Amino acid sequence: MQTKSKLFFISKRNVDLFVKFILLFAALFTVAAIIIIIYTLVSESLSFFSHVSLNEFIFGTKWAALFDDRSFGTIPLLIGTLLTTSIALSLAIPLGIGSAAFLSEYASRDIRKIVKPIIEILAGIPTVVYGYFALYFITPNLRYFIPDLYAYNALSAGIAMGIMIVPTITTLTEDAFYLVPNSLKSAGYALGARKSIVILKIVIPYSISTIFATIILAMGRAIGETMIVTIAAGLKPTLTINPFESIMTMTAAIAQAATGDAPHGTLEYTSLFAVATYLFVIVALLNLISNYIRSKWEIKHD
Amino acid sequence: MTKLAIIQEFSFQTYLLISISLLIMILTILLTNIVLNGENMLTPNLITNYPSSNPNEAGMRSAILGSLYTVGSAILIALPLGIATGLYLNEYGGKSKIASIINMSLVNLAGVPSIIFGLVALSFLTNVIGYGRSILSGSIALAFLILPLITVATIEAARLVPSYHRLAAYALGAKKYQVVFRIVFPKILPSALTSSILALSRAMGEAAPILIISGLIFIRKDPVSLLDRFTVMPLQIFNWISRPQQAFIELSAAGIIVLLIILISLNITAIYIRNRVQRAVIE
Repeated sequence: MQTKSKLFFISKRNVDLFVKFILLFAALFTVAAIIIIIYTLVSESLSFFSHVSLNEFIFGTKWAALFDDRSFGTIPLLIGTLLTTSIALSLAIPLGIGSAAFLSEYASRDIRKIVKPIIEILAGIPTVVYGYFALYFITPNLRYFIPDLYAYNALSAGIAMGIMIVPTITTLTEDAFYLVPNSLKSAGYALGARKSIVILKIVIPYSISTIFATIILAMGRAIGETMIVTIAAGLKPTLTINPFESIMTMTAAIAQAATGDAPHGTLEYTSLFAVATYLFVIVALLNLISNYIRSKWEIKHD
Repeated sequence: MTKLAIIQEFSFQTYLLISISLLIMILTILLTNIVLNGENMLTPNLITNYPSSNPNEAGMRSAILGSLYTVGSAILIALPLGIATGLYLNEYGGKSKIASIINMSLVNLAGVPSIIFGLVALSFLTNVIGYGRSILSGSIALAFLILPLITVATIEAARLVPSYHRLAAYALGAKKYQVVFRIVFPKILPSALTSSILALSRAMGEAAPILIISGLIFIRKDPVSLLDRFTVMPLQIFNWISRPQQAFIELSAAGIIVLLIILISLNITAIYIRNRVQRAVIE
């Protein structure tokens, strides 16, 4: 009876297989996307590296892709990226962990109800808005204290980027804090520990691997962030670690060429793909480390 | 408690309070700053007019329509793909080799910086496939940018469906596809919907990939086909931000207000759906 019933002209047993293959087919789009991304980046980069040596690209200290006297050294871009990222992280890590600890250990239900949506709104603000905020609010106000500050500088962009990644750190860290068993915390209190000691010596050490994984994830987001640095950091590939000066990040170099003219197939055009490949490798490595830490952690607690 | 302990406890609590109040302060300052700068330029012109070199007449009609077209098509692509991928991974994949390959791709795709989606779309979709620097290219790039968000939300929701629901259906003689579509699918639909609204607002705020695909161009007509050139709201705002005249800076703030109103109402809708569903589950 069952096998004779039909859906259109396929028997029910075949429908089962058919559905499975349709779903598998859809799922393979994700794989195809990654393959196309890697293939495109690599093939365009290869045509770039047939003109410029890998050595010059990685260790060269001058980036001038769009000038007549061209030079494709990515050291200034790398330093610029690391500079804004470290400013962002040194703001976002203490803020993110502090607010996560407050929300999970101190805040009452009502306060959480007010504060959580605020963090969700911060997480949903587009990066152009943070760019605007960096350029037209943070920089002018910082200039009262730092007269030497350039109109476009790494510091403001880094601060805005820090604000951008705080919600990621807060949310994921808070989730980790909730997983700390109450028995451990109660044991701490039973031994006479104060709340700050319980947080610093029990809650944070217990969740330390998630916190690390989260920080690395946030770092990846900061490194890949484009609009804030394009708007507020100056688009000037200076080789400097002075946060008051104008700099250019790897992402900003790609964006700048897009706003200018880089016709298909030229060296300027393929150089963007070389920078993007470099960026992709860095971010993929960070993701790998982040996932490795997380999977180690899962095994430990099973 | 000793004096030292009191000081330690006090300073730790102060640190936590400062962190949380700084976050609230920053959001307040950011929003007030934008509203104060943008309110003068917040006129109907902003919605009805095309971009112009005269800031008093300039609007972002073409950018708003461009955003709707691009993000709308992106969701149409990403939602079915994301739900299907999530269902496959949770219901069929198991620990198979192919499932772990899909999983790995998913994790990597989620980490790719958005600007790289733009660059790959520029090379692969506009030049190799031949879609040009069109709405279609932009929406495919955005679709794959948000695909991991929808997939992960689907997987998490499917995991929460108790296995006895599936077993009960099997016991009644249901086939696997019937279990997937009649038991699991209805249960994951609300969270798939919520995540797609959040993905929608994420895609609507993305400027970097569209900047690469579309470039900074003036669009002074409504889009009619998916192969038209286009601009989107965040890109139009970026364009205004980078101009030196004060009027354009105020205009960019006004544009941000419009964008934020749209995004925040999308987010509130998502939160509302989520709360209703949570309540339904508890009841």
